[in-house]
Amino acid sequence: MTTATLDTLGRLESEAIHIFREVAGEFDRPVILFSGGKDSTLLLHLAIKAFYPAPVPFPLLHVDTGHNFDEVIEFRDRVVAQHGLRLEVAKVQDWIDDGRLEERPDGTRNPLQTVPLLDSITQHKFDAVFGGGRRDEERARAKERIFSLRTAFGQWDPKRQRPELWNLYNGRHRAGEHVRVFPLSNWTELDVWNYIEREGIELPDIYYSHEREVFLRDGMWLAEGPWGKARDGETLQRKVVRYRTVGDGSCTGAVESDAADIHAVIAEVAASRLTERGATRADDRLSEAAMEDRKREGYF
Amino acid sequence: MSDLLRLATAGSVDDGKSTLVGRLLYDTKSVLADTLDAVHRASADRGLATPDLSLLVDGLRSEREQGITIDVAYRYFATPKRSFVLADTPGHVQYTRNTVTGASTAQLAVLLVDARKGVIEQTRRHAAVLALLGVPRLVLAVNKIDLVDYDEVTFSRIAKEFTAHATALGYTEDSVVEIPVSALAGDNVVEKSANTPWYSGPTLLEHLENVPVEPDPHDAPFRFPVQYVIRPRTAEHLDYRGYAGLIAAGTVKPGDEVVVLPSGRRSTVTKIDTADGELAEAAAGQSVTLLLADEIDISRGDLISVAGNEPTVTDELDATLCWLAEKPLRAGARVLVKHGTRTVQAMVTDLRDRFDEQTLSSVDGPSSLELNEIGRVALRLAEPVPLDDYSFSRRTGSFLVIDASDGSTLAAGLVGAPLPLLENGVESCTGGSTATPDDHALVSPGP
Ligand SMILES: Nc1nc2c(ncn2[C@@H]2O[C@H](COP(=O)(O)OP(=O)(O)O)[C@@H](O)[C@H]2O)c(=O)[nH]1
Ligand SMILES: [Mg+2]
Repeated sequence: MTTATLDTLGRLESEAIHIFREVAGEFDRPVILFSGGKDSTLLLHLAIKAFYPAPVPFPLLHVDTGHNFDEVIEFRDRVVAQHGLRLEVAKVQDWIDDGRLEERPDGTRNPLQTVPLLDSITQHKFDAVFGGGRRDEERARAKERIFSLRTAFGQWDPKRQRPELWNLYNGRHRAGEHVRVFPLSNWTELDVWNYIEREGIELPDIYYSHEREVFLRDGMWLAEGPWGKARDGETLQRKVVRYRTVGDGSCTGAVESDAADIHAVIAEVAASRLTERGATRADDRLSEAAMEDRKREGYF
Repeated sequence: MSDLLRLATAGSVDDGKSTLVGRLLYDTKSVLADTLDAVHRASADRGLATPDLSLLVDGLRSEREQGITIDVAYRYFATPKRSFVLADTPGHVQYTRNTVTGASTAQLAVLLVDARKGVIEQTRRHAAVLALLGVPRLVLAVNKIDLVDYDEVTFSRIAKEFTAHATALGYTEDSVVEIPVSALAGDNVVEKSANTPWYSGPTLLEHLENVPVEPDPHDAPFRFPVQYVIRPRTAEHLDYRGYAGLIAAGTVKPGDEVVVLPSGRRSTVTKIDTADGELAEAAAGQSVTLLLADEIDISRGDLISVAGNEPTVTDELDATLCWLAEKPLRAGARVLVKHGTRTVQAMVTDLRDRFDEQTLSSVDGPSSLELNEIGRVALRLAEPVPLDDYSFSRRTGSFLVIDASDGSTLAAGLVGAPLPLLENGVESCTGGSTATPDDHALVSPGP
């Protein structure tokens, strides 16, 4: 028999493709959240495969904090152009400029993404929003559904979430409500990297080791940028680093690493004793339930 | 051998489920340092001398604070042999809802008992739900074996009683394995225990790593619910018309004769397409795109089946429901049924019986089905739908019952009566009119 049993990556890919097609079949206005980071790049790769040889039938949306790494924005725009996709950008700066949002005293803009995201969903009447969230990222996400119902205020109420049975997804929602969809739910960080290797998916360079001027804050190596500079007592040093996650530069730390290619990264991730968020994301360290609180408010 | 195993936990509150899952994660080094730090800190805050491994699996703030359970959590771990997706049903598992959700996709369930209590009602109830949902393999983890002084006689008695029960539910002897464990001390979870020299079987992890996983049966007749029609309309693919979906059962090759249901139109598969190129053959579990020889009208919701071995197309349905909603089900209810990729209006015409989980018997003619109750019902569908029996295929024999007004999921539906005890002499899943419930089972009068 020529049909090999699917391996782990094959099963995960097939499941994700199934999810994309279900949404295309049942929703009117889906959108893919796309930042140029590795999870959203993977998401887009799977969407392209799901509808081949037709183009992806959804636009992309990026909530741009203005605190992004240049390499990532350049990569984002290149990928969008290469596949002839339509990208909507909601700039946090615009919301700050017209007073709908206020800059936080600590200068971090990650929490400010929620309002532009919800405003964009309302404005474009998006009814399904694909995100790259994975259940292995964090304990509150371990309970997240693949189809996650959000209220008209974008909020996540754990008690209203539906049981997910077999591979039958229930995407029904009232007018004004929307559903967040997580095709990567069952992937681990290592699965993501193994798949990136298998498929030869290109990522922004900052995921691989490079030299960078960084300073130490709260146990994390941060870079200077539009989000801020080293404060008194924090000294800039030249280090060989890479990023495991990519978000707002003010709270995304680099890890010291000489993993310069995909094989080295896989070896490093497999041997790592820290979770990807614990290692590099200040926003998740705030409290035991930090992620849960942000999800309730309408964060990804 | 498949390198992925989907498993679910079951068992009564306080039997040690969370601790066992925590132990499994801990001993397979699946817990990373920052997560472990958080558990150490939280344990110390609670005044505990040793880390409470159950904290590794308690997800939400309200669960930690109030001890209530929202729902199933998913955990991922891997050993060099296999990857595992574990559906963990923590907390108050008297709610069948959690167990049903976790069991719907599980290839194996780990059912816990407390060695001091042995097989209790809850054990029997969960085993019945697992059997109903068609979980092919069970592990009975006889936990807290340390609290009965690692006593062989106690273990054997529990194992024997459970085997008898599982057999009555339709499990064969080699699909059920009993293991004496202490989740707290770690005996026989990952490491073989010196405290149970009388036990020669595998540790829990060894068993999970080596248990054969039932592959999707390749000899089953081909079933393919159409999700989406792919029509690029580009110069390069002007006439391309592909039917995208995930193969629910069986295999397909170019040249195969197929029938499109419910229309009954026939055609031949000309090509199996994917983004990685054409396939010579594809099997259950794969997401593919089929191209057919004839231009026939096919859209989302249709089912492509092998010709000659097709599901019954019917608008009358005899089914088993696990009722998951607060508001009870009564005869006459109007609902939506989502089966495969098709959603149709439906009416519950009859509540035939309710499964009594305590006595493992059925109760005829209940006036309602309440939250977490399981029962057999008759449904009339607004249009004919191709249906397989659940015992033939979990994918094409399952459906959701949905509330048309607020969209919530009301029930897990299984075509036919997958549990022998629920069969009540019904011959076929579809002949609603011929179904005359008799009372050969241990029937007590309905309410
Ligand atoms: N002595 C002993 N105690 C255990 C064992 N497993 C769990 N416990 C204890 O039993 C209690 C309930 O455990 P927990 O894991 O929360 O049970 P759950 O409700 O099934 O998740 C806790 O106090 C555990 O420490 C075991 O193997 N031996
Ligand atoms: Mg518990």
